[in-house]
Amino acid sequence: MPKTPPVNDWATDYDIFDAGYVKDPVSVWNELRGKCPIAHTERWGGSWLPTRYEDLQAFVRMVPALSSKEPLVVPGAVIEDPERDEYGLGAPPITSDPPEQIPMRRMILPFFTPKATAEHRPFTEALCHQLIDEFIDKGACDAAVQYAQQIPPRVIAHIIGVDPNRAGEFVEWVQGVLEIGLADPETRTKYRRIIRNFFGDLVQQRRAKPTGDLISILLEQELNGEPVTDEIVVGMCNLLLIAGIDTTWSSIGSALWHFSTHPEDRRRLANEPELYPTAIEELLRYYSPVTMARIATEDIEVGDVTFREGDKVLMNFPAANHDPDAFERADEVVLDRQKNRHIAFGVGIHRCAGSNLARMEMDVALRIWFERIPEFELTDESAVTWAGGQVRGPRSLPVSFPT
Amino acid sequence: MRIKVDPELCQGHNRCCALAPELFDVDDYGMSHALNDGNVPKELEEKANLAIANCPEFAIVNLDEGGEK
Repeated sequence: MPKTPPVNDWATDYDIFDAGYVKDPVSVWNELRGKCPIAHTERWGGSWLPTRYEDLQAFVRMVPALSSKEPLVVPGAVIEDPERDEYGLGAPPITSDPPEQIPMRRMILPFFTPKATAEHRPFTEALCHQLIDEFIDKGACDAAVQYAQQIPPRVIAHIIGVDPNRAGEFVEWVQGVLEIGLADPETRTKYRRIIRNFFGDLVQQRRAKPTGDLISILLEQELNGEPVTDEIVVGMCNLLLIAGIDTTWSSIGSALWHFSTHPEDRRRLANEPELYPTAIEELLRYYSPVTMARIATEDIEVGDVTFREGDKVLMNFPAANHDPDAFERADEVVLDRQKNRHIAFGVGIHRCAGSNLARMEMDVALRIWFERIPEFELTDESAVTWAGGQVRGPRSLPVSFPT
Repeated sequence: MRIKVDPELCQGHNRCCALAPELFDVDDYGMSHALNDGNVPKELEEKANLAIANCPEFAIVNLDEGGEK
């Protein structure tokens, strides 16, 4: 995470990269919700930070006044790249507004229905077992690096139809865009181009010789009566890779962090496996990883504040999910919470297209971990590191367990 | 009890189907609709209310409670 000057007033000068905020954002949201409730900062190009559930539900529906064209807070670097510029750097449909967004979203949704994602469950189960085989005899591991981080890139590679052994590279690329690259536009652009060129080559190969894989199927489709362009498919592959890795890995890591530091909850889930469905929704609510940005395309008055054209507004779904007006005992993890209208996957027309996949991965990752390692605890609190900004989750999580 | 999923509001979160597969199903795009013409058997009313309370889009309407007919 970048070094940031200290924050004195969160309401007027917040910093999403502040180390304390990345580690514990909940107390900041609670303070802001009571007094602003929409904070502002000039840092990182300037942005607004809403904190109430009701506000988030309203803002996602202001389309296209709050546009999705620039979902990252810090503007990207502009670097001329004549060789591949025809592919752009978009990630449709997450970077699109209606009307273009609607048919593009319908192209990818059939691959991520509950039924379609269930087909990847056996692969995910075998993968989780393999990962645990590597460290179970040692009595200790880094649950973020050796487990959580390893699952989503391999599942996504499996779905897109590329070599799962390249998972290490995918992790590096995605961190280059969504972690290091969040506050460092040149690094982000560098990795965005690596990803674009990787999929650019793959799309050209599949265009020449279809194999029936996901890319080949996407290339056969039509958009608004015209054959889909290579640029759109390259952008969609970019989205599948970027959106499917850091996010799910963060959720799995946060869940394991929770259970390694809350032995009562760990014992309860181990003894009451019927709680998995509600427990997973609750962990998604409490540790929601993702904050997307919107950009105002016109001046918008909201209560006491005015978003000016060009202002970024953070879709602070994680804070909304801690709003006591929307959730009873909002700041407690309640594994059997029955009413849980959380918006961890966003809400409205940009609801995470991969949410069913993410849930399946979390479910498999936790069930197999608990089956093999029901007793575990954090070894060293000071060794835990968190990434944050727009995707929050643990990046190092040393745990130990009986062998 | 009779329910309806508003197709204009549903965004395919799939919470209702996970909570009450007896009452909801999804189409090829993951968008939900109520089964059995929305009629909820007495013993499943609690599940229907749970689905209503968990929908992030407020897309499930209880037609007995002033929703459109």
